Amino acid sequence: MIEVNKQGEVWVFAEQHAGTLEDTSIELLSKGRQLADQLKVPLAAVLLGDRVEPLCVRLGQYGADKVYLAEHPLLNHYQTSSYAKVLDELIHKHKPQIMLYGATPVGRDLAPRVASALKAGLTADCTDLQIGRHEIPSTGKVYENLLLQIRPAFGGNIIATIINYDRWPQMATVREGVMPMPEPDGRRKAQIVRENISLLPDDLMLEILAEHRQPKKVNLKASRIIVAGGAGVGSKENFKLIWDLAHCLGGAPAATRAAVDLGFIDRDHQVGQTGTTVRPVLYIAVGISGAIQHQAGMSGSQKIIAINNDPEAPIFQIAHYKILGDLNQVVPMMIKAIREKV
Amino acid sequence: MAYNCVVLAKQVPDTKRITGQAMNEDGTVNRAALPAIFNPEDLNALEMALQIKEQYGGKVTVITMGLPAAAEILRQSLYRGADDVILITDKRCAASDTLATSYILSCAVRKLNPDIVLCGRQAIDGDTAQVGPQVAEKLGVPQITYTEQILSLNGKTITARRSIGNGWQEVRTKLPVLLTVVDTANEPRIPAAKRLMKYKSARCRIEIEAMAKQDPSIDVDAVCRQLEQKGLLIRQWDLDILGADLKWCGRDGSPTKVHRIQSVVLTAKETKSVEPTQEAIEAMIHELIVDHTIG
Repeated sequence: MIEVNKQGEVWVFAEQHAGTLEDTSIELLSKGRQLADQLKVPLAAVLLGDRVEPLCVRLGQYGADKVYLAEHPLLNHYQTSSYAKVLDELIHKHKPQIMLYGATPVGRDLAPRVASALKAGLTADCTDLQIGRHEIPSTGKVYENLLLQIRPAFGGNIIATIINYDRWPQMATVREGVMPMPEPDGRRKAQIVRENISLLPDDLMLEILAEHRQPKKVNLKASRIIVAGGAGVGSKENFKLIWDLAHCLGGAPAATRAAVDLGFIDRDHQVGQTGTTVRPVLYIAVGISGAIQHQAGMSGSQKIIAINNDPEAPIFQIAHYKILGDLNQVVPMMIKAIREKV
Repeated sequence: MAYNCVVLAKQVPDTKRITGQAMNEDGTVNRAALPAIFNPEDLNALEMALQIKEQYGGKVTVITMGLPAAAEILRQSLYRGADDVILITDKRCAASDTLATSYILSCAVRKLNPDIVLCGRQAIDGDTAQVGPQVAEKLGVPQITYTEQILSLNGKTITARRSIGNGWQEVRTKLPVLLTVVDTANEPRIPAAKRLMKYKSARCRIEIEAMAKQDPSIDVDAVCRQLEQKGLLIRQWDLDILGADLKWCGRDGSPTKVHRIQSVVLTAKETKSVEPTQEAIEAMIHELIVDHTIG
């Protein structure tokens, strides 16, 4: 447990695999930069691995003032116990006031373990972070400059803002894709702070026997235009309409969880609470009623077109263009219009 | 070699069934109007534990922390094949965040000295996925999160396959271990009719006490004794039995506090209705090209 610390830095856990930074770490740097500027403290990335120093350049270009670099052969592969031990040590040593992790499988494995060891608070899967004040109504006591950790809960039906004011650091994991990717600034350079760490093979509790990473078949987060189908599309054959419309717009095909569960398309394409969070320029929702769980993953889209034959579909309430009609007629009309115009 | 398995389960509101009636007028969620269910991934964890028992022998104990009503998921665990169930219920547990919850659960797990602790990856009300790893840290045991399959168990070590989002890993570690289990791991079995008949009258003391409040003729001690003789008294633990340090429980033990809760309001943007005609759709596409959304 570390003391309340108002002067500490803002830290971002820089997640890397085999020497490649995860996008989410870069997204976190852009949010971390805002928070650090508001608090007028430095932003630091914490980079663990083996021979990962070359990544410090990018971390600097994306906004880090400093990189705490912990290199060790035993940190080559991510492991809960060794990574948690090193982070715990570094947090005790430097006392950051805020520590952010991506809500990736690694972040969600690591952060709770670190929080438990530090007896610190941790808020999972935040979709936004702000700096703000909190007043305890019963006593009138005011805490300034707290991290407001904003996250959906209850299956996305409510948005909760979580704080912690009596134990430090303030820690959160942040959902992938909800923070915009910043542009790198080639002139920016981070100060590298090398950390000498001692690890023994006994610090590794796990043996990794085999690993298979498959590149994602579709990168929804990077797509400017997304055409998504829901259960209302009706069948895998009908889903061809979604692919066709996406194809002629140069966009990516996507789906709701219901459509994935029905086998219309595979899980890589799922948008929503349990899938990918997207923020494209244009989101075309076809045969999607618009359950809150789906909206959680796409409501940040700049423009939304909804096609549905149910006038009561909740998706219409967030759509910019509402087309009440049969998707089997409307989608071919759209394809025709696009082919003629573009 | 037989294994002593402990499953951590949670009773949760069925957040997938939130409808108009389940929302209060001020837009907050009316938990009382939602059916309370066995957290889905905890059922996958229970199934995994039952399969371990069937393959290697041993014992499955299910623990839940919650209000007295949570005893219902313990009965459901008995119907499915659990050997023993324990309800942790204590008013001083209220307002526990994941850190405090993991502390209380770890005190309970320690008393049972299991080889394998299993829980769902996350609960559908909070979706935090934090309690499992935090219990593992407190017990000082390795964790395998996102477990999809146990590949082998040999008395001293476990080999398992876990999801890493865009792929999988096969990992091996020493027992004792804590696993968090994902929904693709297995198909939870349905309650067995015979066990249902046997255990449907299983109760914990606090449930009998509530019945006695309605019907003063009920002698709580006598009923509990009768149930115990039939093996139908659900064990009930409080923080004193656990020997928990109150400083780490409930509100005091919870660093995270709620600053604000907002219900998700469907924000109506400026919606334009487009007729499903070729002409109207062409006009819409034209608009989108003009404002550089497409093209």
